[in-house]
Amino acid sequence: MNPRIGTLFKLCAGACLVLISFTAYWQIWAASGLAARQDNARLVYRQLQIKRGLILAANGHTVLATNTERTKDGLNIFLRRYPLGPLFGHPIGYNTVGSGRSGLELSQNDYLTASNADLSTVLGRIGDKLQGETVTGNDVVTSLSVPAQQAAMQGLKGHSGAVVAIEPSTGRVLAMASTPGYNPNTVARNFAKLNKPSSGAPLLNRGTQGLYAPGSTFKVVTATAALQSGKFTPNTLINGHGTCITVQTVPLCNAGGESAGVVSLSDALTFSYNTVFAQVGQAVGQQRLYATMRDYGFFRDPPLDYPSDEMEPSGLYSHGHLLSQRAPIDVGRVAIGQERLGVTPIQMAEVVATVANHGVRMRPSLVDRVVTPGGGNIYTTHPEQLVRVMSPQTANELRDMMRRVVEEGTGQAANVGNLSVAGKTGTAETGVSGLNTAWFIAFAPADNPKIAIAVTIERTPEFGGTIAAPIAAKVITAYLGQGVAK
Amino acid sequence: MRSARFRELWNLLAVAVLTGVGFLSVYTARQQEITSTSLIYAAFFLALYFVAHLGLRAGLPDADPWLLPLSALLTAMGLTEIYRLNPLLARDQSIWIVVGLGGFLALILLVGDQRKLESYKYTLGVAAVAMLVITMLVGTTINGAKLWLRVGGIQVQPGEFAKLLLVIFLAGYLREKRELLTMAHRRILGVGLPAARHLGPLLAMTGVALGVVAVMNDMGTALLLYGIFLAMVYVATGRQLYTVAGLALFVGGSFLVYRLTPHVQERFQVWLDPWKTPHTNGYQIIQSIESIADGGIFGSGLGRSFQVFSNGSSVIPAAQTDGIYAVWANETGLAGAAGMLLIYLLFAYRGFKIASVADDSFSKLLAAGLTFTVVLQAFLIVGGITRLIPLTGITLPFVSYGGSSVVSNFMLLALLLMVSSRTARVRR
Repeated sequence: MNPRIGTLFKLCAGACLVLISFTAYWQIWAASGLAARQDNARLVYRQLQIKRGLILAANGHTVLATNTERTKDGLNIFLRRYPLGPLFGHPIGYNTVGSGRSGLELSQNDYLTASNADLSTVLGRIGDKLQGETVTGNDVVTSLSVPAQQAAMQGLKGHSGAVVAIEPSTGRVLAMASTPGYNPNTVARNFAKLNKPSSGAPLLNRGTQGLYAPGSTFKVVTATAALQSGKFTPNTLINGHGTCITVQTVPLCNAGGESAGVVSLSDALTFSYNTVFAQVGQAVGQQRLYATMRDYGFFRDPPLDYPSDEMEPSGLYSHGHLLSQRAPIDVGRVAIGQERLGVTPIQMAEVVATVANHGVRMRPSLVDRVVTPGGGNIYTTHPEQLVRVMSPQTANELRDMMRRVVEEGTGQAANVGNLSVAGKTGTAETGVSGLNTAWFIAFAPADNPKIAIAVTIERTPEFGGTIAAPIAAKVITAYLGQGVAK
Repeated sequence: MRSARFRELWNLLAVAVLTGVGFLSVYTARQQEITSTSLIYAAFFLALYFVAHLGLRAGLPDADPWLLPLSALLTAMGLTEIYRLNPLLARDQSIWIVVGLGGFLALILLVGDQRKLESYKYTLGVAAVAMLVITMLVGTTINGAKLWLRVGGIQVQPGEFAKLLLVIFLAGYLREKRELLTMAHRRILGVGLPAARHLGPLLAMTGVALGVVAVMNDMGTALLLYGIFLAMVYVATGRQLYTVAGLALFVGGSFLVYRLTPHVQERFQVWLDPWKTPHTNGYQIIQSIESIADGGIFGSGLGRSFQVFSNGSSVIPAAQTDGIYAVWANETGLAGAAGMLLIYLLFAYRGFKIASVADDSFSKLLAAGLTFTVVLQAFLIVGGITRLIPLTGITLPFVSYGGSSVVSNFMLLALLLMVSSRTARVRR
């Protein structure tokens, strides 16, 4: 029997080896994947023990996200608190134990929990652990301006819509407001309610995820392509006789049944003549128009330090999907911002910021810098030029044209005191008669732009010039009034 | 060979140091929640093993000096984690160890020689089946499995004792019939088969035991008993026919049971993809492997991982029984988990060594069967909790919390030591 007992022992030794290997598999290979799972109770436990870093406004002292410390079972746990409540709900996002996280709380999570691989952070964290001390995250200083955000949220009150403001020379996002908003302090408690279809999608960040027909604001893109093509100058005359023209067998008309007569490209933008811009678009052609759109950042997520799940690319959509760039389109209607265009407010803000920045598109950013709790610098965002979309001359011509829009055209409601604002209105049809998407995009001061802005109001009977432009004006004054302007 | 006992004492002292360090480690990590008085469990536990040592000096002076310290180490690992999960359970476990020690000493001092049991093999075999049948009829169902018997206010798990009785029965029966079973009575299709009357009782007894367990929904015990049966028949006869036929029967039987019982189908589905039902059926296994994974190579430290919710319930359901390996692997990492498995391997090495040097077939079969029982049981639960095989609720020998488990394993240990002591005495 002894040889068989020996065999049995070998079997046992083999089984022991298999068990050790399997344990090793979980502990070494599968460990990181399992540790990151939201259903992992250890993750939640650890998250509660981490003192997340603060999130601060651009001024460096207004606290947008902080922690409340509590003692439970002899353990210090930290619950996230947002002192300003709904004001910064969308850009900051929320951090909850059971309902995940969003916004900057998500995209900057590694910094906020000090799990970024930066050497000084790693050493500090090991030190904390050895001393049994709380792991303290790094602080994130955003580019967000409190007055601009306040003005934007105030202006949007009572409407569904969004405001995105960008500093043209750097790409820094100054304001990102979306309504209906939500209170990040209570999001975990109200999560089911906030996700109900009847709630009006308060968790949706309309600034980065809302896809709207841009209407006449898109004429700035069309005009860019037209001027860059060399076929047009601001003074090129176009025949705009008649209130309607036929584009691809369907009549296309001017707002208010006006006839343009023979007008210059500049006049057409000032008074937003659809009949003229449709012809311009056809003359420019799909290829050139698409090339300009690509330069402006269309067809892909904005290169923003923000969760990709919370951003949408702008472009032409068919059944909820981005249309292939080779698919045939009605270029005349694209040129006036209709067709199947779905564009986010941040995309239009980038367009107008690019014009303001003499034709160079900057990488947009929400984070200015990341600092350790002790004040040491970990990361600083440096302005980055992405692409030159147009020549400085084209940018100047566009600026002058947009200047006229506010001075004598459809955007006069955006005139603020002695400030020179350059802008463009938009009122897009939604398919439901009497309800429009109202737009206004602008930058100011026109000669030395400090702020570029896009305002969108959903489903309103009003027009971009009457409802969106005044909101833009408020945000611009609030921002420039704080002493940023010379 | 008196030095065997001194070696044992030194080994136990080493275990004492490890246990003390383990308990202190848990205590320092969790002193907000547990009181220092609970530290006496460690001292109490060590005193019990010292009593066992004295019992061996008196009853089995020549017994193997390794098995008691190895089992003490395993028990200490378990008790440390049980203490860490809930000091009250550790108190209960200490009481069970007292009862187990009683059984251990009773066997050593009253029986003394394992061969006395051989003449009672049929009685013990019938007792094993009777225990299971009674449980099936009047047992208490806990967590969907009917494997508990309420006797005077305490719950007993007869399956834990049935395994011991089955091993004794098989050892006796196979010693008697092994030549007959090896011989071909007649040939069918060129394969020699023994006479049915020799094979019959064996198959019947095993069939009843397995059938009863299958009805009781206790797949862990069923697998354990069947595995013991196959291994012992293999050791006794060496005929491949039995092993092959046994495995074929196992596959066929498993398929049948799978088709017939929704409970087993559920367990199988959970094994294949626990994340399909992460909050219900898959919860236990997901929490277990997440706990194991959390340990990494060196573990989070005793008492320093996340195991207990603030309301006192454990993160892994049944952490002190089914999940004890996951808790251990979390707190001591791969190093500690592999260490624990290697202790089982050392236990197996000593056990099979005792079996191979024993001078009669009954003792050989008994020692091999008992040793294999410990290893197979450990494999079933560790394999289950690491998702190597479907999870069946069964205790990890010496480590898991549970009265029946502790007592039956103490008795198993006593039997193994008896075999080793007798061999050494005869040799001398």
